Amino acid sequence: MKARQLVILSGKGGTGKTSISASLAGLARRAVLADCDVDAPDLHLILRPGVISRERFVSGYVASIDGGVCTRCGRCIQECAFSAIDEGYSVDSVACEGCGVCELVCPVGAAKLSKSECGEWFVSGTRFGTMVHARLDPGRENSGRLVSLVRSKAIEIAERESSGIIVIDGPPGIGCPVIASVSGCDMALVVTEPSMSGESDLLRALDMVSHFGAAAAVIINKWDINAKIADRIEATCGDRGVPVVGRIPYDTAFTQAQIAGLSLLEYGEGAAVDGTRDACTRALELIES
Amino acid sequence: MILAVASGKGGTGKTTVATGLALAMASRGHRVQFLDCDVEEPNAAILLKPGMERSRRVASMVPKIDTAKCTLCGKCSDFCRFNALVTFPDRVDVFPELCHACRGCVLACPENAISEARVEIGTIEEGKAGDIRFAHGLLDIGQARATPILGALRAAIDPQRDVVLDAPPGTSCPFVETARMADACVLVTEPTPFGLYDLGLAVDALRGMDIAFSVAINRCDLGDDRVERYCREEGIDVVLRIQNDVDIAKAYSEGRPITDLGEGYSKMLYEMFERVSGGSPAR
Repeated sequence: MKARQLVILSGKGGTGKTSISASLAGLARRAVLADCDVDAPDLHLILRPGVISRERFVSGYVASIDGGVCTRCGRCIQECAFSAIDEGYSVDSVACEGCGVCELVCPVGAAKLSKSECGEWFVSGTRFGTMVHARLDPGRENSGRLVSLVRSKAIEIAERESSGIIVIDGPPGIGCPVIASVSGCDMALVVTEPSMSGESDLLRALDMVSHFGAAAAVIINKWDINAKIADRIEATCGDRGVPVVGRIPYDTAFTQAQIAGLSLLEYGEGAAVDGTRDACTRALELIES
Repeated sequence: MILAVASGKGGTGKTTVATGLALAMASRGHRVQFLDCDVEEPNAAILLKPGMERSRRVASMVPKIDTAKCTLCGKCSDFCRFNALVTFPDRVDVFPELCHACRGCVLACPENAISEARVEIGTIEEGKAGDIRFAHGLLDIGQARATPILGALRAAIDPQRDVVLDAPPGTSCPFVETARMADACVLVTEPTPFGLYDLGLAVDALRGMDIAFSVAINRCDLGDDRVERYCREEGIDVVLRIQNDVDIAKAYSEGRPITDLGEGYSKMLYEMFERVSGGSPAR
C-alpha cells in the first residue's frame, strides 16, 4: 500500500507546527519524516538526526559578467527584470533569478549563466524513523523545487521501507513552498492559535488546502489564551466541515521540551502533553480511515 | 529611514513589534508609513485597524503567443529556464504559474510573435490608521509567487515618511525582497532553540546582502541564554528585550497593539528606534 502523506501547516508562524510534527513522528508507526520548511527548518533540533547521506541541491542558474570582455553598453542593465546588475556591471546573486536575459542580449558574450548551488539535502536516521531534510542557502531561490525534492525522496524511502505514513513538517504562509508541500498530500493538519491573526491566517490556509484538493483537520494550540476565539474557530471549522482534532492549553512545556531536545510527549506530563497526544492520535486515526 | 522588522522563525512577535513601533513613532510626531510585506498571511491591519481608501489588483506579466506569427521554432521554450513555455509540434503552451516575468521569451522570439499579457495574482490595499499611512498586499489563494506584490508595495513607499516594514517569516525570496527595500533590519527572535537556529539563518542572509541589522528578543525571560550569548559572540547589538507577559498575548489575540498596554512599551519601542536609526531626524 502506498504511504499516506500528512502535512502539518499553520499559515501563521509560531503556532507549534514543529512541536506537533515531532509528537506525531513519535506516535506514528513506521513513519518516514520530512522537514519541508527548507528555509527555516527546525525539526532536526528535536529529532537530532544522524546524517546517512548528504547532497548539494543544484537548481537554476546565476549570471556573471566578465569585466575583461564587457564593453559597458548597458543592454543587460536595461533588460534585467530583477534589477540584479549594478552600474559597475556586477551581478547581485541574491537578486538574480537566473533567467538568462543578460546572456541573450549581451552583444559581446560577456554575460554568462552558470548552474546555481542553492542548498543541501540529507537522508538521516532518527529514533522515530528515517528523515529527509534540507537547508536552502540563506536568501536563495527555488525553495519550492527543494521541497518537491525532499518529498519525492521521502516517498521513495517510504516505498522501500514499506512505511504506512509520511509526516511532513510544512512551512508557514500559503505561497510557493507551502503549495509544493501540500499538493498531492492526503491530509493537512493545520495548527492554529486563538488570536484574530491566527484565525485570519487559518482561514487563508484552509482555503489554500482545499484549493489543492487535500483533506484538512485543525488543532487549536494555546486555546486558553482566548477561549472565546477558540470557540469561534471551532464553530467556523464546523461550518466548513473541517474536524477540530484537539485543543491544547498554553504551556511552557513546549519551550522546555525544545530546550531538552525532546518531543513534548517524551518530555513530561500534564494537560498540554495529554492534549497533544489526544489530538495527534485523532489526526492519525483520521488519515488512516 | 526604512526599517524592516523581520525574523527567520514565524510567531516570534514581528507584527507586535512592528505595529507597536509605528504607533510609538507616530505618537512622537514622526510621519510614518507602515507596509505589511507578509502578503501570504498579513496581520498588521488587525492591530492597526486602518480605514482603507484604495484597493487595486496586482498582475504579473506572462507571455501571450500570436499563433498567426508563431512558426513553432522553439526558441522561446529553449530559452525559458523556468519551463514556463513548451513547444509542441502544433502549438506552444504557456504555464503562467512557472513564469518569472523576465521577458526573455519576448526577446528570444525571432518572429515578434510573443507579447505580454496580465495575470492577476493579488491585491494591494492602502489607507490610513490615524496619522499612519498604511498599505498591505494579499496574495490570491493558490498563487505561488509573492514577489510581484512586494514590488507593488515597494513602489508605494512614500519617501517623505519614516517607513516600517513588517516582513514575512523565513529566509527565502519574500524575506529577501522585503529586506532589500530597507535601510536596516531588526530581527525579532525568542530565546529558544528554534528561535536561535532561525535567527542564525536570517543573520547569514542579511550579511550576504550587506544590510545593517540588530536583534530584538521577545519573551526574553522564557527560554535559555543562548541567543544572548550568540549575539555577544557575533557582535550583534540587542536593541530590545520584551519580557514574557500574558497580557501581551491576550491583547494580541484581541487585535490590540502592545502600546495599548501602557506608555512603558511605547517608550521602549521608541528607544529601540532611536538606537537603530542613530538619532536620524524625524521625517
